[in-house]
Amino acid sequence: MKLRLFFLGLVAALALASTAQAGTLDNVRKNGFLRCGVSEGQPGFSNPDQRGNWTGIDVDYCRAVAVAIFNDPNKVRFVPVSFAERFTALQAGQFDILSHNTTWTMDRDVAQGLEFIGVDFYDGQGFMVRKSLGVNSALKLDGATLCTQTGTTSELNAADFFRAHKLKYKILVYQKASEYIAAYDAGRCDAATTDRSGLAGDRLKLKNPADHILLPETISKEPLGPAVRHGDQQWGDLCRWTLFALVNAEELGVNSRNVDAQLNSTSPEIRRLLGKEGAFGQELGLANDWAYRIVKRLGNYGEIYERGVGLNTPLKLPRGLNNLWNKGGIMYAPPIR
Amino acid sequence: MARPRARHAWWRDTRWQGIALQALALVAIAAVGLWLAHNAIGALSRRHVASGFAFLGHTAGFGISQVLIPYTEESSYGQAMWVGLVNTLVVSAVSIVLSTLIGFVVGIGRLSGNWLVAKLCTVYVETLRNIPLLLQVVFWYFGVLQTLPGPRDSLALGSWIVLNNRGVYVPEVIFAPGSWLVVLALAVGLAVFFALYGWAQRLQRKTGRRPTIWWAAPLLVIGLPALALFVERVPFALSWPQLAGFSYEGGLQINSELAGLTIALSIYTAAYIAEIVRAGLVSVARGQREAAEALGLRRGLALRLVLIPQAMRVIIPPLASEYLSLTKNSSLAIAIGYPDLVAVFAGTVLNQTGQAIEILSLTMAIYLALSLVTSALMNLYNRAHALEGLG
Amino acid sequence: MIAFRAPPILHVGPVGWLRANLFSSVFNSVLTLLILALLAWTIPPLLNWAFFSATWAGTTREACANATGACWPYITQRMGQILYGFYDFDQRWRPDVVYTLGAAGLAWLMIPRIPHKGWAGAAMLTVYPLASYVLLTGGWFGLPVVSTERWGGLLLTLVVAAVGIVASLPLGVILALGRRSTLPVVRIFCVVFIEVWRGVPMITVLFIASSMLPLFLPEGLEFDKLARALIAIALFNAAYMAEVVRAGLQALPRGQYEGAGALGLGYWRATTFVILPQAFKIVLPGIVNNMISMFKDTSLVSIIGFFDLLGVIQTGSSDLDWAGPNTAVTGYLFAAAIYWAFCFSMSRYSAHLETQLAEGDRR
Repeated sequence: MKLRLFFLGLVAALALASTAQAGTLDNVRKNGFLRCGVSEGQPGFSNPDQRGNWTGIDVDYCRAVAVAIFNDPNKVRFVPVSFAERFTALQAGQFDILSHNTTWTMDRDVAQGLEFIGVDFYDGQGFMVRKSLGVNSALKLDGATLCTQTGTTSELNAADFFRAHKLKYKILVYQKASEYIAAYDAGRCDAATTDRSGLAGDRLKLKNPADHILLPETISKEPLGPAVRHGDQQWGDLCRWTLFALVNAEELGVNSRNVDAQLNSTSPEIRRLLGKEGAFGQELGLANDWAYRIVKRLGNYGEIYERGVGLNTPLKLPRGLNNLWNKGGIMYAPPIR
Repeated sequence: MARPRARHAWWRDTRWQGIALQALALVAIAAVGLWLAHNAIGALSRRHVASGFAFLGHTAGFGISQVLIPYTEESSYGQAMWVGLVNTLVVSAVSIVLSTLIGFVVGIGRLSGNWLVAKLCTVYVETLRNIPLLLQVVFWYFGVLQTLPGPRDSLALGSWIVLNNRGVYVPEVIFAPGSWLVVLALAVGLAVFFALYGWAQRLQRKTGRRPTIWWAAPLLVIGLPALALFVERVPFALSWPQLAGFSYEGGLQINSELAGLTIALSIYTAAYIAEIVRAGLVSVARGQREAAEALGLRRGLALRLVLIPQAMRVIIPPLASEYLSLTKNSSLAIAIGYPDLVAVFAGTVLNQTGQAIEILSLTMAIYLALSLVTSALMNLYNRAHALEGLG
Repeated sequence: MIAFRAPPILHVGPVGWLRANLFSSVFNSVLTLLILALLAWTIPPLLNWAFFSATWAGTTREACANATGACWPYITQRMGQILYGFYDFDQRWRPDVVYTLGAAGLAWLMIPRIPHKGWAGAAMLTVYPLASYVLLTGGWFGLPVVSTERWGGLLLTLVVAAVGIVASLPLGVILALGRRSTLPVVRIFCVVFIEVWRGVPMITVLFIASSMLPLFLPEGLEFDKLARALIAIALFNAAYMAEVVRAGLQALPRGQYEGAGALGLGYWRATTFVILPQAFKIVLPGIVNNMISMFKDTSLVSIIGFFDLLGVIQTGSSDLDWAGPNTAVTGYLFAAAIYWAFCFSMSRYSAHLETQLAEGDRR
């Protein structure tokens, strides 16, 4: 008798497990907020202040998705997660989007259960050294000790670079950002290596930022972007086009200050973006003025960039590659039509 | 006659109850196991995550800061795992030796007649046992070793010992091609001498006459290797640590990660070993101590010849489990970047491949194997000792 | 008749004590002098660093920039984070209430003169955890939700330790009983469970909780990261607790089991009323020792990204606002002092209980 009950329970549990597969968007709506996996503190990208308010490019992207769904940039719960844990945490459903300066690589996209939805920052790996070391090129780092963080592409790129140039090196890998910075600052290693944008932020955390410089070499391509779980096309589309909307808005000259005036624009492209023509929002499962809301609340890609890492921030990163394709960069979004 | 049978329905029979309960437990365990497996397989296939152990043969592509067996970036993930395991074993072995030394000194010190020594040892034990090991590890690494001067301002004792925030450097003996002959000569010399010594002992026991063999010692143990040295024209060299480029090169380098972890593990575990040693010594009957005193043995001799040998029987089993937990505790290496098994394999390799289930299971299996081997050795030791006691 | 004489000055009083305890032989005298030299060499600089040349006042990193001693303002300025982590500022009265209730409950249990220990114990094991859960997480009675990512500092350390201790004890008892069961399936399962957990480092267990366990749960099942870590810690410690309890079960004379059987008590009643109470008394020191290890082991959650007491101190000292030559060491020493105070008082209390129980036996 009891045996049969158990088998029944077992079958029921299995059935339940295989049917419980609602779409991410439905779950987010049901929760009433978006869960966004961010770094544990990376100035300019996702950084909490003393009171736990998050700012930065990665954070603003998640807010844009929240605005697209809820029309409220505060309906996001930011979940700080380490480099090492981020992918399993996303797979396990601890958050809905991973917006964590993550490099888009083939293995991650294909074999690790992720789906990258685009690039919100084009970066490359660099080196930071003490000025007093007197080194002005990464090629002069023969025999140097490097510090980096585990769980990133930096370990592999550094190995590739030193092997390709037949240079000797030693690499120390730390689990947490705070440990890696503390070790570099204490002089345990000669150079710190990670994405250049990350180094610019890490430099601010050193005791004397002015004593350190970034070497000119960029040794890798690091397209950083948000990722979602593999397998939910609708959710992937929503996140992808939120990013494209931000870039398209900048390209069309629509920003947070002029977006209301642009509603009356006669340009068909702007009208499509702001929901005056077509039903693009509805196709994503959103309101038609989704992009209008995003730009109104958060601005376009350019505004988010300047607010996070631009020349008026402590990071002072010039647009460079991240400028629009028609302004000398490679930031390019497919058209909304 | 029929009444008792009527009252004892079969389901009240404890034997049947036992079987039913076990069947139930089996089904429950199987059901939970199946359910978990089903979830995992579903999750992995839905999200298109790779699985299986094929990744062990793939190229690792990353560097490791302390490599004691052949490894380059072209080696496989599997080889990286072995590098990590060797590093775990190295830090554990060194810490086991050091913690045993400190532990015995402190444990005996706690029973010392010298008030100051006893109090100091008590303070040592009570302080270190009550502070988390992880805190001690990061304290020694970040709080002490990292505040040492950099390579260019190293604290140095000539070229013999150089100390900086990168680690400790000492001269290293380099074995040139002919050196095996010298080592062989030394080994042969020692072997022959011990054979001779054993022969002399046996002869003395049998006949009471001891042959003079002292002259053989310098001849065999010093003369033979010296001859080999001469023949091979001194095939050894010392490699001295010296400042080159960014840091010191040459010599034997002990990274500050290894040093910090070893210091913390040794002095933390020593506090526990001290308590085991003290308990062992206290357990030796008071009469033994008094008898040793009555024989006129000094305190030190009494300890060495009477008390410690008897206490060892009580000390060894808990000591072995202390060694085992030291080995497991060495996994805190991950907090300071020492490339042990957990940091390399369950850290970097896991992050590069994303295959959490395979890697964590393999890591746990390795630690389990280590602990099973240790307990098997312990059981052997106990059995040998029990026989000795009977004989 | 020999006149009564005072004992020689060398054998009594301070001089006698010194001779007996510090200078009883040449070896001891040398040892004493060496240790005194060592103390004279280490203690004054330490005191000097920690107190006399330490910085005591100030609100920013500049206060400690040129200090040659400890940087105490870092601790006082960061006290909020050390106590609560990133717990919402205006909600910090909630952990305060939990702290106060916990301290009051423990005082009630531990001070012998206060009566009704049974009720206090029951309340501490049922009402208190429930109330703490409601207060800390929120979502009931109009309390705003504070998600567990924001918990930290001593609060998180105590939550992890308390849950670990309270949950691992019953689990450990069940496992210990199971390991001594006559039913092979139950016994083998318990043996395997216990030996596997005890054979692996705790950090791998935490990794499983943080990166492997989610894959084994059905999709859509919301499972807090802290909850997963707590389950892992409870299971891990249950295995150790089981071995402690088993030692107590084995130490009981066979007569107790047979006596209970002869009274007609079934397995469960014999175990609950006869065996376990006696076994507990034997292994109480072992249980407390286990609790101390567990308390220390809570610091490992900082490795998987929680900001517990150690995590807060470690990130804080490499923080932009306070990075300085002495900040890190000051932070570590302060954290060490807190951990030490908790663990040492637990071990003292256990020693005290042990003597009390021994007295009870002597009657």
